[in-house]
Amino acid sequence: MDRFERQYILPGFGKEAQHKLKQAKVLVIGAGGLGCPVLLYLAAAGVGTIGIVDGDMVSLSNLNRQVLFGEGDLGLNKAETAGHFLKAKYHDIKINCIPEFITTQNIKAIFSKYDLIIDGSDNFPTRYLVNDACVLLGKPLVFGAVYQNEGQVAILNGKGHNSINYRDIFPDPPTAYEIPNCNETGVLGVLPGIIGTLQAAEAIKYLTGYGVALVDKMLFYNLLSHQSYSMELSKNPDSKKGIPFSMEALEATDYAVVCGDGDSVDWEEAFSLLNKFPGGTLIDVREADEFPKLKGFKFQSVPLDLIEEKHQEWLNSELILLFCQSGVRSLKAVKMLEKHFPGKKIHSISGGIEAPDSPIYK
Amino acid sequence: MALTSIQVIAFGMIAEKIKTKELVLEYMPDTEVLLGYLYQQYPDLQHTKFSIAINKKMAVGKTAIPVGAEVALLPPFSGG
Repeated sequence: MDRFERQYILPGFGKEAQHKLKQAKVLVIGAGGLGCPVLLYLAAAGVGTIGIVDGDMVSLSNLNRQVLFGEGDLGLNKAETAGHFLKAKYHDIKINCIPEFITTQNIKAIFSKYDLIIDGSDNFPTRYLVNDACVLLGKPLVFGAVYQNEGQVAILNGKGHNSINYRDIFPDPPTAYEIPNCNETGVLGVLPGIIGTLQAAEAIKYLTGYGVALVDKMLFYNLLSHQSYSMELSKNPDSKKGIPFSMEALEATDYAVVCGDGDSVDWEEAFSLLNKFPGGTLIDVREADEFPKLKGFKFQSVPLDLIEEKHQEWLNSELILLFCQSGVRSLKAVKMLEKHFPGKKIHSISGGIEAPDSPIYK
Repeated sequence: MALTSIQVIAFGMIAEKIKTKELVLEYMPDTEVLLGYLYQQYPDLQHTKFSIAINKKMAVGKTAIPVGAEVALLPPFSGG
């Protein structure tokens, strides 16, 4: 007997399917609300090689849904912490921890080592980047995403060349302002738990051929009503327009700009603007419990939901620069402040505190 | 539901913008007519991207709507 007996005695699964899991190399993008259940179940099921890519650190507000982490992990890297936990549980699988955010620069090298990609990211720039790279590199993608009490799951790019990809469904990225994420609208921890578990189930079905996987289909699930809706996806001629022509073209694409993040500047531009306009203001719009904190620079901390209320404070600032964890909420703050101060220089810092050029890495 | 109507179901942000998850509308022949009606009734939708499915199959471009069809309005989600 071994730890997989209960699944290989299932009629139709068998040792052959178990062997396929053992041979599989799966990359999980984001060890967050979706990534945690995906990782727990893939490791338990015996997927032989699991990569975990996440440059984020554990925050107190993550703990309602990111069940691999506890109070003792605050401030630690998510990929390394998740990997450490899984390695301690099982000796018979290989876990690769990549404590970085996926970017246009590292995506090709990271993807090349895996044969199935699972997207558990939390923003559109990453989701479109991952989709486009999967199309260009021919990798199947288990997609999952949540909004308030609803979730979506699909297997994209699962049939080779003529498969459906994310841009067939949504050719143009929405702006971050259009569709908020969990940090902004709230989420019960069990919802990404359910959707992430569905992603793990679909990955196992796809890898082994057990059952009918959601290839070229998208499932919608509503936690409050338990209603689900499954639709057959179709090819869309507009999808090709948005996908870079080659991996070289992808590497030169700015996905933050593609996703309507055009009001943004990078950290270097932000500091040069602050030098130029000494009366400028730098504002952290995250909640007080979010890490890492910016050190060595003068800034104010005003959470996004107080920006509107406090906007008069910045009436005389000649420049307002806003940052958050990943650049989503700060962009929203830009839109709010632009309404009060049309024409004022107001920018979000692209990628937020987690951006590759962030001062926290210097 | 009468056969001369269509049932519209909405998800996520779209349901918030039209303030309901389900609508029953007078029959409309295709997705362009339906979108024109929705944009007029709910101008907010013009600034929101979503996909349309007819009887659980994704519709691309101007697509005929069969009598009595169920039409779903499906926005992208980004959270994780």
